[in-house]
Amino acid sequence: MNMIVCVKQVPDPEAPPASFKIDPATNKVVPPPGVAPVISPFDEQAVEAALKIKDAKGGKITVISLGVNLLRDVVKKPLSMGADELILLEDPAYVDGDSWSTAYALAAAIKKVGQFDLIFCGRQAADWDSGQVGSCIAEILGIPQVTLAKKVEVTDSKVKVEKVTADGYEVVEVSTPALITVSNEIGAARYATIKGIMAAKRKEPITWKPADIGLDASKIGAAGRRSKMVKLFQPVREGKCEIIKGENEEDAAANLAKKLVEVKLL
Amino acid sequence: MADNKGVMIYTEVVNGKLAPIARELLGAGRKLADNLKEELSALLVGSGVANVAAEAISFGADKVYVVDDPLLQDYRTDSYVAVVEKVAKQVNPRVLLLGQTTVGRDLAPRAAFRLGTAVTLDCVALEIDATTKQLIQTKPVYGGNARAIYTMETMPQMATVRSKAMTALAADASRKGEIVTVPAGLDPAAIKTTVLQKVVQEVEGIKLEDASIIVSGGRGIGGPEGFKELDALAKMLKGAMGASRPPCDNGWVSDTIQIGLTGKIVSPETYIAVAISGSSQHLAGCSGSKNIIAINRDPEANIFKEARFGVVGDWKKVVPAFQTKAKELLGK
Repeated sequence: MNMIVCVKQVPDPEAPPASFKIDPATNKVVPPPGVAPVISPFDEQAVEAALKIKDAKGGKITVISLGVNLLRDVVKKPLSMGADELILLEDPAYVDGDSWSTAYALAAAIKKVGQFDLIFCGRQAADWDSGQVGSCIAEILGIPQVTLAKKVEVTDSKVKVEKVTADGYEVVEVSTPALITVSNEIGAARYATIKGIMAAKRKEPITWKPADIGLDASKIGAAGRRSKMVKLFQPVREGKCEIIKGENEEDAAANLAKKLVEVKLL
Repeated sequence: MADNKGVMIYTEVVNGKLAPIARELLGAGRKLADNLKEELSALLVGSGVANVAAEAISFGADKVYVVDDPLLQDYRTDSYVAVVEKVAKQVNPRVLLLGQTTVGRDLAPRAAFRLGTAVTLDCVALEIDATTKQLIQTKPVYGGNARAIYTMETMPQMATVRSKAMTALAADASRKGEIVTVPAGLDPAAIKTTVLQKVVQEVEGIKLEDASIIVSGGRGIGGPEGFKELDALAKMLKGAMGASRPPCDNGWVSDTIQIGLTGKIVSPETYIAVAISGSSQHLAGCSGSKNIIAINRDPEANIFKEARFGVVGDWKKVVPAFQTKAKELLGK
């Protein structure tokens, strides 16, 4: 089973909300000082989904990451978890795209990798939350997709996916090659092992520039966008919380109950 | 493309009726269409859904395109994308909206590609620019920390819309509209997925989406035992219990009660957030609540910025005392 996982380096979504800042002049997010970027959590879980299949059936996992200023310690994490190869699409021409221009570059890289049975992506990236890149890759490659997976199993030539729905899940069977997007319900991604970290240290990623995958710089990244971002802003929070007090915690709790009954909220 | 006209809504059907999101989209679409002085149409896709067309008209549609075919019994990406592509190419709407649901988020990106356009997922506000007639699309980004506004030059301008972000019109059975049947024309061999099983994980009691009071717990609850206490409080208040993401990811409670960006979006009258710090990703699911009540040990917790009332304290002491007093006052 040849598997490809697309992962994205993003500002740490667990950073405190108070540290989140936007530069209105450039419509860009100012990374909080001292907080290292991470692999988008859903993408890490996509790596986990591929590793579970490798554990059960064997196979090779190639990870692809697109961006600039990719920190090696960050993007090598999938290798330290057990993935086999890392390809970086690292060039200014690739970035600031929309889902389409990003998927266009990733699909071209996947074509160059050549052999694949399953492609995994996270359900959405923790920065733009666009939730489309996986579907766009599948569409460009002309292969079926199953989105929001919480379990993926390979049986013979078919793949069985548990897909999260509003009131439970569906079991969907899909032929290969296929693209699967992974949701958080799949569970926490495994930790890197010491052996994995050592192996990842020795492994050098392969970097492909646009010309290496036969792409014209005018069709990728910001130049290839179909949708335009007009403005980025932080919604204003009102922050008028009335803190209910008491002699102790129990007393404050009773006062809260009184207040809520009084204003008819219970 | 000057020949694109009108607003089209992809109207999802659940249990033989319009899904709540479909009604909300028709309400929003009606405003956009009136603003453009153009038509509002609904696209109804499935098997045995033709009789829902009248409901779509009563909620605001001028025209309903019905694609009813046994091959459309289950939602499958390949068949549904083909149908949306076919109808959109026939009708050429200016705007095409879907719900940000399991179906909408799967269907919209591929349909957009086939139509040579783009889509913005998970919008919370939509308006028409008075001069350019472009659709201005606002969506939360960075887990809800920020909002971005998008436009696109390509047609149709597509967006999916978050549940409860828009308001449905009151149903008016006297409204008149036209129903147009479109054959699906599907090739079964081109459908590459099969739905083997649908599993409904029933949550006992009141559904989160319908509850007027929700008691919700976060990471600070510490394990499944604590959620039994929250469940008892929710039941006493005739409400439902929810959770933020960490308790679900840790397996303390079922994934189906997760509230947030990657879970359910709720808007009860009263939302009691217990030991929830108030991450943006959680607030994305509960900030539509009329009143948020926060119980948290950390006075600096972000949830207090969203709350109307709060108590700073350990939930293990606060929740039992709150429950006892509320029970007494409510005469239960």
